[in-house]
Amino acid sequence: MSGNKQAPADWTTGEDAIVYQSCAACGSLQYFRRSFCCVCGAPDPVDKRACGEGTVYATSLVCRAATPETRAHIPYNIVLVDTAEGFRMMAHGDHDLSIGDKVTARFARFAGRLVPYFARTKA
Amino acid sequence: MSFITGVGLTAFGRHEGSSSLDLMSQAAALAIADAGLERGQIDGILCGYSTVAPHIMLATVFAEHFGIRPSYAHAVQVGGATGLAMTMLAHHLVESNVVRHVLVVAGENRLTGQSRDASILALAQVGHPDYEVPLGPTIPAYYGLAASRYMHEYGVTQEDLAEFAVLMRAHALAHPGAQFREAITVADVMESKPVALPLKLLDCCPVSDGGAAFVVSRERTGETGVRILGCAQAHTHQHVTAAPALSELGAEIAIARAKEAAGVAISDVRYAAVYDSFTITLAMLLEDLGLAGRGEAAARVCSGYFGRGGAMPLNTHGGLLSYGHCGVGGAMAHLVETHLQMTERAGKRQVSDASIALLHGDGGVLSSHVSMFLERVR
Repeated sequence: MSGNKQAPADWTTGEDAIVYQSCAACGSLQYFRRSFCCVCGAPDPVDKRACGEGTVYATSLVCRAATPETRAHIPYNIVLVDTAEGFRMMAHGDHDLSIGDKVTARFARFAGRLVPYFARTKA
Repeated sequence: MSFITGVGLTAFGRHEGSSSLDLMSQAAALAIADAGLERGQIDGILCGYSTVAPHIMLATVFAEHFGIRPSYAHAVQVGGATGLAMTMLAHHLVESNVVRHVLVVAGENRLTGQSRDASILALAQVGHPDYEVPLGPTIPAYYGLAASRYMHEYGVTQEDLAEFAVLMRAHALAHPGAQFREAITVADVMESKPVALPLKLLDCCPVSDGGAAFVVSRERTGETGVRILGCAQAHTHQHVTAAPALSELGAEIAIARAKEAAGVAISDVRYAAVYDSFTITLAMLLEDLGLAGRGEAAARVCSGYFGRGGAMPLNTHGGLLSYGHCGVGGAMAHLVETHLQMTERAGKRQVSDASIALLHGDGGVLSSHVSMFLERVR
């Protein structure tokens, strides 16, 4: 069963990686992991590792957090990034990022977890 | 046909010692009395949810508590769109002769029943559990993301957004049940504490205790009827990461379907009740619904267009931003106020003509939408 396959290691499981899925049948990409393609329904989309490059789509600097763990980090910048591969993801980023900036991912510790963190791509 | 035959609304703010069931019961009793009915005549119940007191069968918990044995009952959960989604369902239930009088009810002691942190944390869970929530976003942050993009694409400024908070507060000043009744200025909004930039404290609705209810019936019970002309929904995504482009959001889809169902145009509308969890929510929805051009809603606020005496009075009770937000009941207050306006019972808030109203609700992060048109019948 495809549903029983072990999830690949990425930041959501504590590894330094951003992983997405690509459908062999229709070519669609998806970021949220599933055992099927959410566009055409075909089983077993292929796991791929993203290169970590992208463009800032939106930003919001969080100044009021809801837990003691996250409050220790305020302010922190939540960003949506359109990746070079073509899917969108949520991450953290430098506070001075603007929409349209080209960015590169690294990984940072946040509230006891590993999270993707984007900074402007060095020319 | 279906009519909204009665409405009930508590004051919003602090109701120390009141449970969610207490607030639901208060609002329900008001709505049933307003419809001129006895509670035994209610044969359908639709209720929202309470984050303070979650239950897998809230409708029957409420029915037993309130003393009704309905032939149809269940809860509905669509976030901020729940109130209008329940109204849409009630409309179809009475039209298809399943029941005669549906009580639509919600109430929650969201402010005094839990800490503000607990409330913010509960709401942040609308985010994706693996790909969003671990990043520590809050509901204001989800909408802050939408705001940053909307401002970027359409040249809207933070001062523009502040105008909506000022307008809602101005309207709340005339309602004794509103949580906030001190006038504010654009400067006050700009200087308020940053929450999730570009959104600041006064760009955000508060957390409130309160309850709201209405009765949807097959026939009108009063002299002035408020008829549901037509309604529609659209659901494009749940999580902001998976949201479509700004030009493809669900409000535009829902309103197009509702216009078709109701057989009316935006130019027919005389009163608007639009979901306003944040200033950006209101700005985006007004423009998506066609009540203002892209990037032009703030200018229309400044010109008085959405004021009590304007061409399109909007949320004359003060909206979520200033009347308050107690969860599902929060957006139901918009419908209660619309009903009072349409039946000319809004007192000093009364507008000159509320013959046709447009209501719109949004749940999640611009995820779930319900548009509805109401018509006054004499």
